[in-house]
Amino acid sequence: MWHLITAPILLPMLTAIIIMLPPVHYSPMRRRWISMISSAIQLVLAVVLLMQVQQQGLLHYAIGNWQAPFGIILVADTLSVVLVCLTSFLALGAICYGSAGEDEKGSFFHPLFQFQLMGINGAFLTGDLFNLFVFFEVLLIASYALLIHAGGKNKTKAAVHYVVLNLTGSAIFLFALAVLYGTLGTLNIADMALKVAALPEQDLMLVKSGGLMLMIVFALKAAVLPLQFWLPATYASASAPVAALFAVMTKIGVYALLRVYTTIFGDTAGELSGIADSWLLIAGLATIALGAVGVLASPDFRRLVANLVLVSVGTLVALVALNTPQSAAAALYYTVHSTLVTGALFLVADLIASQRGKAADRLVSGRRVAQPVLLGVMFVLAALSVAGLPPMSGFIGKLMLLQAVQQPLQQMWIWSLVLLSSLMVIVGLSRAGSSLFWRVSGNDCGTEKAEPLQIFAVCWLLAASPLLVIFAGPLTELAQQAAMQLHDVSSAVNLIIAPGNTGSAP
Amino acid sequence: METLVACCIGFLTACGIFLMLRGRTFPVMLGLTMLSYAVNLFIFTSGRLTLRGAAVLGTSEHYADPLPQALVLTAIVIGFAMTAFLVILAIRARADLGNDHVDGKLPDADSFKKESR
Repeated sequence: MWHLITAPILLPMLTAIIIMLPPVHYSPMRRRWISMISSAIQLVLAVVLLMQVQQQGLLHYAIGNWQAPFGIILVADTLSVVLVCLTSFLALGAICYGSAGEDEKGSFFHPLFQFQLMGINGAFLTGDLFNLFVFFEVLLIASYALLIHAGGKNKTKAAVHYVVLNLTGSAIFLFALAVLYGTLGTLNIADMALKVAALPEQDLMLVKSGGLMLMIVFALKAAVLPLQFWLPATYASASAPVAALFAVMTKIGVYALLRVYTTIFGDTAGELSGIADSWLLIAGLATIALGAVGVLASPDFRRLVANLVLVSVGTLVALVALNTPQSAAAALYYTVHSTLVTGALFLVADLIASQRGKAADRLVSGRRVAQPVLLGVMFVLAALSVAGLPPMSGFIGKLMLLQAVQQPLQQMWIWSLVLLSSLMVIVGLSRAGSSLFWRVSGNDCGTEKAEPLQIFAVCWLLAASPLLVIFAGPLTELAQQAAMQLHDVSSAVNLIIAPGNTGSAP
Repeated sequence: METLVACCIGFLTACGIFLMLRGRTFPVMLGLTMLSYAVNLFIFTSGRLTLRGAAVLGTSEHYADPLPQALVLTAIVIGFAMTAFLVILAIRARADLGNDHVDGKLPDADSFKKESR
């Protein structure tokens, strides 16, 4: 059981390799089944790991038994394991949807998908900043290839922008890491927290510039305002299961922001505590506003959902900037809710687009959809949830978020922007829904029906929303516990770095 | 030696950024490559510049920090793979879109003339 923490990284990697081996690779059915079964096992293992973390507190695992701070370690606390569970849950839905036919439109869909899961899980579980960079690259190179899966002009165009931007981001990430290593002498997150607390005066500015460069990189991954231009085009052009998985990719940026700016530059960091907070608050609020305007201005439904991703990212980044246990708990609940709902919306958008003939998902009058009741119900449930209306999970998420804001000035800005953006989202979604379902030309409808596996995938993701409401009590407790654990930096550091075992500066 | 290395890194970064801001995929790619060279040199110097030092900690007074060397190796491998991917993607974009502009379409003839003037 000690090695369980490596399972979310090793299992997708081995699955990807198995899928590429000849007896499996030449049979589409075997590829699909192995991919689906493996991600179901991943979900079970992630839940087991979560229970273990609940019982024993923070777990850490020294890879190759090289002790921290010299070796690379994996760290599982409640926050990271909940996010691993979230990824596995989302991935199972996306793979089921992809297995209904989308995966055969290009080659190597399932191996790439598994490699991307490996990168995402690794990024959540690692306790070392350079290792975080490596896992970022693993998930990025898989996402580059998945983005152009099934081909097409739009995808190639979006992919060029996406790849160039992320390569630039990687270069800045490396600059930041080199600056931090040069001054702190370590890249282990826990050890960095120790070193930052006892930083000599002359190194302050260097570490500050390194820390803020990290903010730029994570803001690029999370798509926060000045760095968000890549997101709508990329997400709108990716094929549906890929876009659904991408819903969790921006959250990795948010997670990295949360991790770095509470553990390393948190309350214990002395002069450098909260260096990014004022930047992040403004950028987050501006992202919410821009996303909400984008929702109203979108010419097609997939772009609208991509803008909904922006709204949720802005909300999360504003919560990260508040830097209190309450805001971290709200951010965790909101992350789980918004990831699953936007993932489901990308899948619903694809189902609608495939049944509307030439009009696809553009918000113009088009052919009648073949299954209006099924798709309509799915759309309404997802829309209610994402807009934050009472019976669904979005409502509780927004409630926690509003409660987490305590200073009057912050309340004024955050409450008004979040509530106003909710209104704009409702307006945008009503407009989209009425054009997609009611503005029909002619009486004939297409013959293309949704596959059972596709319906299952959408229901799987949508079911999460009422479940998040029914089990809201235990889940908010879990989120609060995760937030307390995240903010309890000193005990985590003491656990990871054995006393008297601190690395020496170069 | 520090000044020379610092100037090198600065010059490479400046060239890289200039090339990255061009409109065609090939200069952008070259720019990214130059930027990654600059990054690699920069990581290498983060362990301080030492002459004739063995890369072993703890056995002698005079040593070179081995960790940045390991980091730079990883960064080189990753950067190389990413550049290779970008080259293929750029060729694909040239084939799919019919031109090598990063936006997939050439700017209008008028504004293009103004730019080149």
